[in-house]
Amino acid sequence: MTEPQKEYWRWEEYHRVLSEGNWKNKDLITAGVDVGSVGSKATIMIDGEVYSWAVRRTGSNSPDSAQKVFDWALENTGLKPGDIKYTVGTGYGRVNVPMANKAITEIACHAKGANYIWGPSVRTILDVGGQDIKAIHCDETGRVTSFLMNDKCAAGTGRGMEVFADLLKIPIEDIGKASLNVEEEPPPVSCTCVAFAKTEAIGLLRKGWTKEKVLAAYTRAMAVRMANLVNRVGLEKEFVITGGQSKNVGIVSRVETILGVKTLPSPNWREGGLDPMLAGAIGAASLAKSLYLKSKGT
Amino acid sequence: MFVAGIDMGIQTIKIVVLKDGAVAGRAKAHSGFEPTKAAEQALAEALKTAGATRADVALVFATGSGMEMAPDANGTVSMMGADAKAGVHLYPDARTIIDVGAEEARAVRCDERGIMMDFVVNERCAAGAGTFIEAMARALEVKLEDMGPLSLKAERASPINASCVIFGESDVVTLIHRQESKPEIARAVFDAMADRVSSMVHRLGVNPQVVLVGGVAKDVGFVESLKRKLGTNVLIPEYPEYAGALGAALIAQGKAKGAKPQ
Amino acid sequence: MIVHYGYVDGSGEYFIVVDTDRCNGCEKCVQQCPQHALELVTEFIDLEDKTVVAVTEEHRKKILYTCAECNPAENMTPCIVACEKGAIRCIWKPL
Repeated sequence: MTEPQKEYWRWEEYHRVLSEGNWKNKDLITAGVDVGSVGSKATIMIDGEVYSWAVRRTGSNSPDSAQKVFDWALENTGLKPGDIKYTVGTGYGRVNVPMANKAITEIACHAKGANYIWGPSVRTILDVGGQDIKAIHCDETGRVTSFLMNDKCAAGTGRGMEVFADLLKIPIEDIGKASLNVEEEPPPVSCTCVAFAKTEAIGLLRKGWTKEKVLAAYTRAMAVRMANLVNRVGLEKEFVITGGQSKNVGIVSRVETILGVKTLPSPNWREGGLDPMLAGAIGAASLAKSLYLKSKGT
Repeated sequence: MFVAGIDMGIQTIKIVVLKDGAVAGRAKAHSGFEPTKAAEQALAEALKTAGATRADVALVFATGSGMEMAPDANGTVSMMGADAKAGVHLYPDARTIIDVGAEEARAVRCDERGIMMDFVVNERCAAGAGTFIEAMARALEVKLEDMGPLSLKAERASPINASCVIFGESDVVTLIHRQESKPEIARAVFDAMADRVSSMVHRLGVNPQVVLVGGVAKDVGFVESLKRKLGTNVLIPEYPEYAGALGAALIAQGKAKGAKPQ
Repeated sequence: MIVHYGYVDGSGEYFIVVDTDRCNGCEKCVQQCPQHALELVTEFIDLEDKTVVAVTEEHRKKILYTCAECNPAENMTPCIVACEKGAIRCIWKPL
């Protein structure tokens, strides 16, 4: 592989301001900034309601990325940085968000954000990133009750899926559909280790298996791995999948089948919805509100 | 008296034939799609070198992950047991034997008789096994056999992910794009391998002398990094990949004392 | 909050599991761990920063080797024995 690592989605930078928001009479303006390894997101909330947001690629300097996405979220809102009462920063690793009053772990923010996007019925979140998988169980307020992250092994991650997309020469955006293009679901590959599964796949192709069948067998094994992690934290409806693999229909349908639970559909930002990639920033802004109120003694 | 040891490795089959306790013949073959047949051919080859026929062999013991598929074996021994036996035979002071193969790695703690006392295994995960180095060599577009000498030219290395071949590969691609030199990247690969293997060994305790066997022991880059990571000297026999087969043959030797050839 | 430290890979599942609601930061488990794999960290829980135990970053991805000597599959490990609050347990499932 000679290209730099690509994140699974087609990355588009954008920012939006909701026209209905009227901050002039409101006091409780908070912000959340989430600096991820690939994308940075920021949200402005008025009294706990999302008002504007921005999504940009993370550059090589994360404080700089935080500043840029924060400024972009403020653009066209008429707000100045001084109007923000409390900002929470979050993101990948020990990230530095210079304008944050407090840094909070991405897990707490992600769960809170999912609670906002899908509502208080969400209890189980499977977040599949490029190089890790997180399984989160939360309560009706978006408070995390159980959490597990697997970043030791590529099986089930976006990167693991890219390896097979490269091997089978199928574009990554078609990989989900291709894996479902089989008459009968084959048994999963016997090795969950992606490196060994690749060797196994080459053997299967030599035996005459179609690309789609090999992909189905591999995707099934990856879905089993993901379902396993969800069961560790405890599966409870409603269940949502976030992160790059949420767009892989082959993964989503198999995880749903294995767990026996359907996921809630994800809003689409092109249709004006709150994209789940904003969950961290939304959760951060929401927690910013709670912390601000707490500091005021209310 | 002739005995033979067969190591049915996942990628490579190794045979050692002993005549009165000394190595008289060695052979290896790719496991391929028909490992039993490959082992038969390799055994015939090793016997020819030893000047023996199949009928001369008193006992054949098999080891390795494919040991059940060995042709006409009289018994099997665990890889850990075979490694311990071979290690102490080659170096009487050996007490920690590390075996790094293509797809698995293990470490064994043994006593002065070569009896295994404790062991730790890395299996079903390519990180910390030869596959890790192979994959990185491909990503670097360097021949596998050139990786070691290349890495020795480097004086430093940026760390790469050691816990997974796939993540390690991503890190190598990143380093290539950052235009780090090939020697430094090669060294990063071996440092990562050594990190994973030494974590495994530390669980047993590093008791001198430490012996390294298995195919990967032939790689000078890995050996350097491992010595650095363990902070001890590491002894490597002349034919490290044959250690398992040698151990199986030695154990066969022990059992065959007194038995007559068929 | 239940936090799982460790991993799943081709060889099995290995986790040290901490219940941050029960943990009172007494450090008894930290002192008993023969591998020094535990430490106190600050977790943001219920709008507050709480001091609780965690597995060190260094050990999380090699927990199989770290804990093997204590053998969580068969034994009550020293960390579990030391905890008076039942805040720590092990999940050990080699294949």
